[in-house]
Amino acid sequence: MVDRIADPWGARTPYPRGGDWPVRVDENVEGPVDRWVQSACGLCSHGCALDIGVHDGKIVGVRGRDVDRVNHGRLGPKGLYGWHANNAEDRLLRPLVRRGDVLQEATWDEAMDLVAERSRESLATKGSGALGFYTTGQLFIEDYYTLALIARGGIGTNHLDGNTRLCTATAGQALKETFGCDGQPNGVHDIEYCDTILHVGINTAETQTVLWMHELDRLRGPDPPRSIVIDPRETESAREAQVHLAIRPGTNLAALNGLAHELIEDDRIDRAFVDLHTIGFDALEKTVSSYTPERVAEICDVEADDVRRAAEIIGEAEHLLTFVLQGVYQSHQATASACAANNINLLRGMIGKPGSGILQMNGQPTAQNTRETGCNGDLPGFRNWQNEAHVADLARLWNVEPMQIPHWGPPTHAMEIFRYAERGSIEFLWVIGTNPAVSLPDLGRIRSILSQEGLFLVVSDAFLSETARLADVVLPAALWGEKTGTFTNTDRTVHLSERAVEPPGDVRSDMEIFLDYARRLGLHDKDGQPLVKWTTPEECFAAWKECTRGRPCDYTGLSYDKLRGGSGIQWPCNNEAPGGTERLYQNLTFPTFAEVCEDFGHDVQTGATFSEAEFKALGSEGRAILKAAKWTPPHEWARDEYPFALITGRTVFHFHTRTKTGRTPELEAAAPDAWVELCPEDAERLGISQGELVRVSSPRGSVEVTARVTGPRQGVVFVPFHYGYWDVGDDAGPDGRPRAANELTMTIWDPVSKQPQLKTAAVKVEKVA
Amino acid sequence: MKVGQLLAHVEELEAALAADLRAAAERHRDDHDVYHQCHTFAATADQRVEALAPLKQRYEGKAVWSTALESGSADLLEDLRWIYLRSQEAAITWVMAAQAAKAARDKELLSLATDCQTEVETQAKWFTTRIKTGAPQALVVG
Repeated sequence: MVDRIADPWGARTPYPRGGDWPVRVDENVEGPVDRWVQSACGLCSHGCALDIGVHDGKIVGVRGRDVDRVNHGRLGPKGLYGWHANNAEDRLLRPLVRRGDVLQEATWDEAMDLVAERSRESLATKGSGALGFYTTGQLFIEDYYTLALIARGGIGTNHLDGNTRLCTATAGQALKETFGCDGQPNGVHDIEYCDTILHVGINTAETQTVLWMHELDRLRGPDPPRSIVIDPRETESAREAQVHLAIRPGTNLAALNGLAHELIEDDRIDRAFVDLHTIGFDALEKTVSSYTPERVAEICDVEADDVRRAAEIIGEAEHLLTFVLQGVYQSHQATASACAANNINLLRGMIGKPGSGILQMNGQPTAQNTRETGCNGDLPGFRNWQNEAHVADLARLWNVEPMQIPHWGPPTHAMEIFRYAERGSIEFLWVIGTNPAVSLPDLGRIRSILSQEGLFLVVSDAFLSETARLADVVLPAALWGEKTGTFTNTDRTVHLSERAVEPPGDVRSDMEIFLDYARRLGLHDKDGQPLVKWTTPEECFAAWKECTRGRPCDYTGLSYDKLRGGSGIQWPCNNEAPGGTERLYQNLTFPTFAEVCEDFGHDVQTGATFSEAEFKALGSEGRAILKAAKWTPPHEWARDEYPFALITGRTVFHFHTRTKTGRTPELEAAAPDAWVELCPEDAERLGISQGELVRVSSPRGSVEVTARVTGPRQGVVFVPFHYGYWDVGDDAGPDGRPRAANELTMTIWDPVSKQPQLKTAAVKVEKVA
Repeated sequence: MKVGQLLAHVEELEAALAADLRAAAERHRDDHDVYHQCHTFAATADQRVEALAPLKQRYEGKAVWSTALESGSADLLEDLRWIYLRSQEAAITWVMAAQAAKAARDKELLSLATDCQTEVETQAKWFTTRIKTGAPQALVVG
């Protein structure tokens, strides 16, 4: 096999515009294989289909599935090597319960009795609002839907959110604001038909390697697309672009408003489309009228001519595809900026057609399902919390009273859940498959909340993460490959992932753990029958299908059998579209009808919520909504004592807080420790050379990491967010040599999507003597 | 003509609103969205005062009206309600300014007053949103 650490994207297989992307099967197997078991990769939002190789009851490798629409056989480096984590020696094998200062092994009965008892105590003394659940973007549909039913329908708490709040909340929110409902408009195959790609805050080459292969193979073929990249760093994508706008962090909205301004000014817009299929043009035109290339150049610190050139290329496009990711979602004015990206395609009338449209990307493999099932600040099936008919319908499915399901406000977002815990208002918090002690902003504060007296912390994980170390009860959970379920990638492709091996020790799947919890709490429906009616993943999937019936994310045409053997299938999949749906909105009718939409939307400048009456007054009725906002300076702007803007992000070799990738020898060796990137001019001025130890400090904390003199624009530093403290000795850690990027970041979130802003902190940089 | 009096009053209200927003922000530093949003809104209140200055010169007059609401609170909900009402007070006064501008045939003032009214009302709506989100927990769970 090619060394895919040295060459993350493998050999090129170029193809022409409109041609089929050739198949290339990537495989990494260590030793003989007894049988292959169908699954998909869980290490980024692309969700490549693969088969798991099993020998003697152990995972020994993976092979890309050539029949699958998403990857045509390819896998990225994380997918090829990451399965090693399943076999790691430090897997949690039994529940742990805190006794004094130490976590000690316990039986499931001991651990779950304690979890149930503490839940009942909080329910009795303070009510359902004293319990919170913080989950992930890496479980399966069956796990999430069970959790959503238990938390919202059983316990009746509004405090259920996912770490998808950090990765993909803005993608979902921007789709709701513009189109009325979540749902990726386009699919990855639109790369094959486009003539222009606009990348806004997305580093595809590192975050979604197989998507990058798909794109790079077009770029190397005849008639390649032209490309524009908006990103403060000189990434692989930026090096391939015709125009790279290396903007100052926190200025996405100004750049995008500038592009809209130029398109309108040069009359490069599709007036007929805008008149027939959108509302809000006049307000948009007024808002962007002052964003001349010169003003944008000043705000973003780029050349005015580059803004003009980018707008020209977009204006000349006949098939424009726009990609958006964390550079927007985790930055200042996130939702307003993501909506501004939607606006570009709408102004050009380029959506719902092959090669024309938008991919508001996801970060995690199953983030889409967190959003769909009601674990990320929405009600299940993209139901609208302000729509009484939607709530009544959900109550009917669950056989509970509508009032049992909290819907007096939007479901509580993660940062507010932690604030309630900080205030002592939430006293029972269950963290599932995520690691807030490394991934949330301002870690000093988060560690103090998680260790707080009076907070009962339950953590489900496969490993003793930094968060699990602070828990009162730790529940060992099965990993991918050890349980059966389904999940949906960033372009709505649903895959079945079958159990390939038995979980080790006493480990249980998340769904089994939730079912046990519901039984111990005695949760019941309004007729006194058990609330959760299923016991197997497949029964849960059947219930989930019913929950989606008639909704935009319709799964009713899918089944485990249909997902076996061939390719993954894109929702909506139902009687009208039994083979799935390649792209949404082909008829140019959008789900902006009051009775259908998932959200009545917000003023994207402030985050003020619109009521049903205000939404109806807009009169969208199936037309897309152009939402505009003015650029404002970020809340922390690099200057004086802290002259650099910090952006955090990923490396191609790691995922999240390295819980799995840090236990994969090849990936760990490729990127064993944290670093800071700064440009040669800044490095020289500060007297810093490649490889030297550097201290990066913000008003909240500091990290000590080695310098890489490379990529970002002047005045910007980049620190990867993957590194915490689980694998370093006691002399390291936050009080020794801190290295977690979130020691530096600030507690602030987007007013609309509530996504934390991890890319706008101000820092100073100095050599460690 | 009392347009000058009214504009002087709007200016006072907006300057006071900016100060109130900043004071409320500091009272609730640990409710980070309130903290940052209040500072953001305060900056827009400053901008409204600035935009008003040339128009104020056009109409003479001193502020003779007094504000209806005097003080804030350390309690988050109570304070949010107070700021909401302060914003509404500024907004309705901008409505008066817009009406006066129509009768005075002053297009520039009409445009400014209309924009400011919309902006302040939207900011007040943010406080409604925040109160609706926070009240159930504060009042029922504690």
